Amino acid sequence: MNSFITLFYKEILRVWKVSFQTVLSPVLTSLLYLLIFSHVLEQHVEVYPGVRYTAFLIPGLVMMSVLQNAFANSSSSLIQSKITGNIVFVLLAPIAYGEFFAAYVLASVLRGLVVGSGVYLAALGFAQPPLQFPLWIITFAVLGSAMLGALGVIAGIWAEKFDQLAGFQNFIIVPLTFLSGVFYSIHSLPSFWQELSRFNPFFYMIDGFRYGFFGLSDISPWLSLAVVSGCTAAMTLLTLALLKSGYKLRH
Amino acid sequence: MIPAINVSQVHKHFGQLHALDDVNLQIEQGEFFGLLGPNGAGKTTLINLLAGLARPNSGQLSVLGKDVVKHYRASRRLLGIVPQELVFDPFFSVREVLRLQSGYFGLRHNDAWIDEVMHHLALSDKADTNMRRLSGGMKRRVLVAQALVHKPPVIVLDEPTAGVDVELRKSLWQFIQQLNRDGHTVLLTTHYLEEAEALCNRIAMLKSGRIVALDSTQNLLNTLTGCRVSLQLTGALPIALLPQVIEQTDHHYVLALPSYQALEGVLSALRMAAINVQEMSLQQPDLEDVFLQIVGKENE
Repeated sequence: MNSFITLFYKEILRVWKVSFQTVLSPVLTSLLYLLIFSHVLEQHVEVYPGVRYTAFLIPGLVMMSVLQNAFANSSSSLIQSKITGNIVFVLLAPIAYGEFFAAYVLASVLRGLVVGSGVYLAALGFAQPPLQFPLWIITFAVLGSAMLGALGVIAGIWAEKFDQLAGFQNFIIVPLTFLSGVFYSIHSLPSFWQELSRFNPFFYMIDGFRYGFFGLSDISPWLSLAVVSGCTAAMTLLTLALLKSGYKLRH
Repeated sequence: MIPAINVSQVHKHFGQLHALDDVNLQIEQGEFFGLLGPNGAGKTTLINLLAGLARPNSGQLSVLGKDVVKHYRASRRLLGIVPQELVFDPFFSVREVLRLQSGYFGLRHNDAWIDEVMHHLALSDKADTNMRRLSGGMKRRVLVAQALVHKPPVIVLDEPTAGVDVELRKSLWQFIQQLNRDGHTVLLTTHYLEEAEALCNRIAMLKSGRIVALDSTQNLLNTLTGCRVSLQLTGALPIALLPQVIEQTDHHYVLALPSYQALEGVLSALRMAAINVQEMSLQQPDLEDVFLQIVGKENE
C-alpha cells in the first residue's frame, strides 16, 4: 500500500512542480476555444432550445480538457521516465503491477479533474450552464479520465520515442475528442457521420457529461454510461494484462 | 545456510543472441563477490534478471531463497541495485529522491537512515539540490544511496566506479566494505581488475554468456605460474629470447618466463651478446593476467 501511495504522490508532485505547463496552459487553451467559437457562433447556432451556444459549449470543452489531460499525464510521465531511464527506480522496487496501474491512472484522473475544474470555473465568466445532475457530471468525468489515463499508460509503455507518442496523441486522441460532439450536436451532422460518431467512445463521454448539466442529450445517458463503463473496464483489463506481462518494460 | 544469490541453469536469449548460456552460480551470505568479463559477456543481463528488469527464458534465480519471478516483491526487498547507467529524475532534489525510493519499498519515516547514507557518501550538503544540478560523480553517489535506502542484505553494484574520480572511488569502497563487514553480501561487476582483486574474496568470469572461471581470488591468482620481467637494455634483445616477449617499446621489453629459474638463462644470454641491463623489475601476476589467460584461452 505504501508503495502505491508513494508512486501516486510522486506523480502528483511532478505535475505540481510543472503546473504552469500541466494545469494553467490547458486551461488557457480551452478559454481561447471558448472565446473564439462563442464569438463566431453564438448568434448562429442554437443546439438545445433556450440554451445559449456558449453555455452548450462549456461542458464539452471541460470534458475535452479532462480527457486530453488525463491521457497526457500518464503517457508523458512514462515516456519521460523511459527515455531518461529513471523508470528503473520504479521497476526495481517491490511495486505490484496493480499498484503501478492505480498510481498512474489515479494521478491522471486527478490531473484531469483539476484541469477540468479550472476550465469550468474560468468559463463561468462567459456563461453559466445549469447543473441539473452533478452526480452524472462527476461519474462521467471520473470514468472518462480513468479510461484515458489507462490509455495513456498503454501509449507511454508502447512508445519508444516522443515522436511516436505525439503520433498517438495527434492522430488518435485529438481527432476522436474533436469529432465527439464537443462543438456541436451529432444531430446536426449528415446521417453517415452521425452513424460513424456512434463508434467513437468519446462521443458517449461528452454526451453523458453534458446531460449532467442540461438534463438534455443526443442519446440516452444510460446508454452512454454503459458504453463508457464498458470501455473503461476493457481498457483497465488490457492495461493490467500488459503490465503483468512486462510488455516493453521487463525484457 | 540459504545462499544470498542462487542462479541455476539460466538461459537468456535476445533474438539470435544467446546472452546467457546455462549459467550456474551460488553466492554465499557475507561474500564480496566479483563478476568479471569483457563487454557484452552478459554481466548486466545477469544482474537485470536478478533485478526483475528482464526475465529468463529458462532456469531459476533467487535472492536469499526468494524466487525473483514467483516472489518478486520479497526478492526485490532483499536486493539493492546500483545500475550501470547514470540515470536520475530531473524533477526532484536528492532528499526527495531518497524519500520517494524509501516509499517505493514501503518505508515511511526513513529520514534517520537517509541522513546516515548521505553522510557516508558525502551528499549531506547536496540534500536539497535538484538532481539536474549535480555533477556526474554526485549523481553516481545518489544512485548508490538509492540502492541502500531499504538496507538491503544483498547489494549489487554494476560498474559503480565507471567515470568516477579517485576520491569518490576510495570513499565509496570504504563504505561498501563497511557494509560488507556488517554482514551485507556484495556482488560487484567492474572493469577495474585491481579493484576486484583488492575487494573480492571470490570471482566469476563470464565470457559470451558462459562462466569460464569461478574460484576464490587467491586460487585464481595461484593458477598463474611463472613471472614477468621488465628489462631496459642498451641494445636489441638477442633473437633467441624473442619468443618470450609480450611487450616491447624500443629497447624496453617485458618477458613472460615459465619460472623464476628461467631468469638466469635470460641474463646469461644478455651477457653473451654483450648487452647491458639498465633497469630490471619483476612483476607479480595479477588478476589481469589471469583474466587475459582465461579469456584468451577460450578464444583459441
